[in-house]
Amino acid sequence: MATAFDTVKDYTEAEYKYGFVTPVEEDRFPPGLNEEVVRRLSAKKEEPAWLTEWRLAALRRFLSMEVPDWQKVRFAPIDFQAISYYAAPRQKERPKSLDEIDPEIRRTYDKLGIPIREQEILAGVAVDYVFDSVSVATTFKRKLEQLGVIFCSMSEAVREHPELVRKYLGSVVPPGDNFFAALNSAVFSDGSFVYVPKGVRCPMELSTYFRINAAGTGQFERTLIIADEGSYVSYLEGCTAPMRDENQLHAAVVELVALDDAEIKYSTVQNWYPGDKEGRGGIYNFVTKRGACRGKRSKISWTQVETGSAITWKYPSCILQGDDSVGEFYSVAVTNHRQQADTGTKMIHIGKRTRSRIVSKGISAGRSDNTYRGLVRILKSAEGARNHTQCDSMLIGDRCGAHTVPYIEVQNKTARCEHEATTSKISEDQLFYCRQRGISEEDAVALIVNGFCREVMNELPMEFAVEARKLLGISLEGSVG
Amino acid sequence: MLTIENLQVSVEGKPILKGLSLTVEAGRVHAIMGPNGSGKSTLAHVLAGREGYEVTGGNVRFGDEDLLALEPEERAHAGLFLAMQYPVEIPGVANMYFLRQAINAICKARGQDEIPAAEFMRKVREQARLLGIGEELLKRDLNAGFSGGEKKRNEILQMALLEPRLCILDETDSGLDIDALRTVADGVNRLRSPERAFLVITHYQRLLDYIVPDVVHIMADGRIQRTGGPELARELEERGYEGLLGTKLAA
Repeated sequence: MATAFDTVKDYTEAEYKYGFVTPVEEDRFPPGLNEEVVRRLSAKKEEPAWLTEWRLAALRRFLSMEVPDWQKVRFAPIDFQAISYYAAPRQKERPKSLDEIDPEIRRTYDKLGIPIREQEILAGVAVDYVFDSVSVATTFKRKLEQLGVIFCSMSEAVREHPELVRKYLGSVVPPGDNFFAALNSAVFSDGSFVYVPKGVRCPMELSTYFRINAAGTGQFERTLIIADEGSYVSYLEGCTAPMRDENQLHAAVVELVALDDAEIKYSTVQNWYPGDKEGRGGIYNFVTKRGACRGKRSKISWTQVETGSAITWKYPSCILQGDDSVGEFYSVAVTNHRQQADTGTKMIHIGKRTRSRIVSKGISAGRSDNTYRGLVRILKSAEGARNHTQCDSMLIGDRCGAHTVPYIEVQNKTARCEHEATTSKISEDQLFYCRQRGISEEDAVALIVNGFCREVMNELPMEFAVEARKLLGISLEGSVG
Repeated sequence: MLTIENLQVSVEGKPILKGLSLTVEAGRVHAIMGPNGSGKSTLAHVLAGREGYEVTGGNVRFGDEDLLALEPEERAHAGLFLAMQYPVEIPGVANMYFLRQAINAICKARGQDEIPAAEFMRKVREQARLLGIGEELLKRDLNAGFSGGEKKRNEILQMALLEPRLCILDETDSGLDIDALRTVADGVNRLRSPERAFLVITHYQRLLDYIVPDVVHIMADGRIQRTGGPELARELEERGYEGLLGTKLAA
């Protein structure tokens, strides 16, 4: 009997809505990476000497390292000398108020659906807007300052709060941690900085919107979030880039620190340009994200919805150091056409009675490849630690791949680890059922996939859950036929 | 409302429907009975537009449309509803959410406004109460872990809310105990109206004690073999397919 999946239709019209380029004059470095470039970058940002040295040390480490090859994703060698490490819209100085922002940049964010203003639709969200290498605006700063919450660009934090930056920068992801973290440490240009003081529950979502605009560049942002004792913050990042034939590198580092009784909820809706149906172009999203639950009873929760990028390669992780601390990882990774993803998490249990929970939903369509790779490591000290992992894969069509690679290392007998995994397909019966009730095939796929991901989608902040749901549908357009 | 002329359908090259003709008028309930393998469920699936069936001849008109030229969802938009023999589970999609998606998809296709949330809730609760479907079942994932009876009642709930012109019931009585059968039949009877037609496909006469048909067709070997009134179903009950059709066709 012929099935709906005998032929998986090659992409027809599924459009990437965010593929435009903004015509702004850019101030940029010529391609190349050496000590001189790092010094110029640091000078441009008027950084203190310690930070320049920190970058240079990272560069030396980077130059002595090799590109890792243990991953499932495959790509042609990257010429790190061909990338420009700094590109910023030309402006005399950072605008003092939101009204002074370049109209072109303002229009960009309007088109992306996140206008730069302290807007009513996103009244509960403060946004930091990062355009190529620099932060161009941050909303609701005043309001947050009244509570002592610091939310600003990384460059600004280096100037205004050097003691906090120096104390925590690289304390979770050291410069020599891995190849791309070393590169980032040497050339990071901007990113967001958050500090929530003791006992403060941040009243609004904090958000950063990353936009790559310039060609021939990469984006190397650095985000650092510190939740002091008993505080709470929810942070969300979104990202898009123009459609181009070249591959662009996005090698970010995100560090989270939660002290006693603090909680950080970090959500990502990643929609970088995925490349065309033949796999030309698209972003290489090679990111190091790690959170340290330093304090007792602290909690870090990662939620990610990954639909974009030609290659996604990242493992948002938790180091559960404080006794009774909790780490969570909720992930949806969708790959279509020629996209590749190798993503998962690491949960390192150090403290007593630490708990972690992993829920991963991988959806593969087209000729894509989707790998979950996760490590649960329970050290000797982690008396009574617990982990529960659930990995579900869904296949659409018969030319894609789904892989699950769990690593579990337990050194304490009192620990408990559970791992569950399933693989399923969208059945022809399910599609027919939906269509018989009047729901179009594309909407039916989105409905079924959203159902499959519900546990993860429920973790997203309300304001973004609706968008993320739509995004899942759009990413899978043209995947059945 | 529905006119089937000389319909011929094959599955993997094997003829299943071999020149079936049938006319169903608005306001009437037609029962189609037949032994296993007679092609009853194939007919239901072909009318609803399921893939995997090759129409090799004949035509089907639904109102003034060529039904076979429409996509399954377009047939639903035109007012065709199929209550399935095996309703499928969709994990993670709440029953009520699915209902709302379906209703809105149909409204949209017909150029109507989406149904307001309050009105939707009121209608769902009212119909659910009549069918003995509890609030809890509305919140659960669609058909996931539903009992046989719950699944069938849920099909009738969808039918009631989508307000189709033509309702096809494919072996809705299979796997139902007598109480559930009664509830389902009552649900169908409430929906009978001068504008709406029913095609009730069943193996047994039992269901027709509760949903009394206007016309009964006996199907075998891919064709309608006999047509009559409700008495034909009773005759069948007494004589069996073999007695009524002879050994060859009843096999």
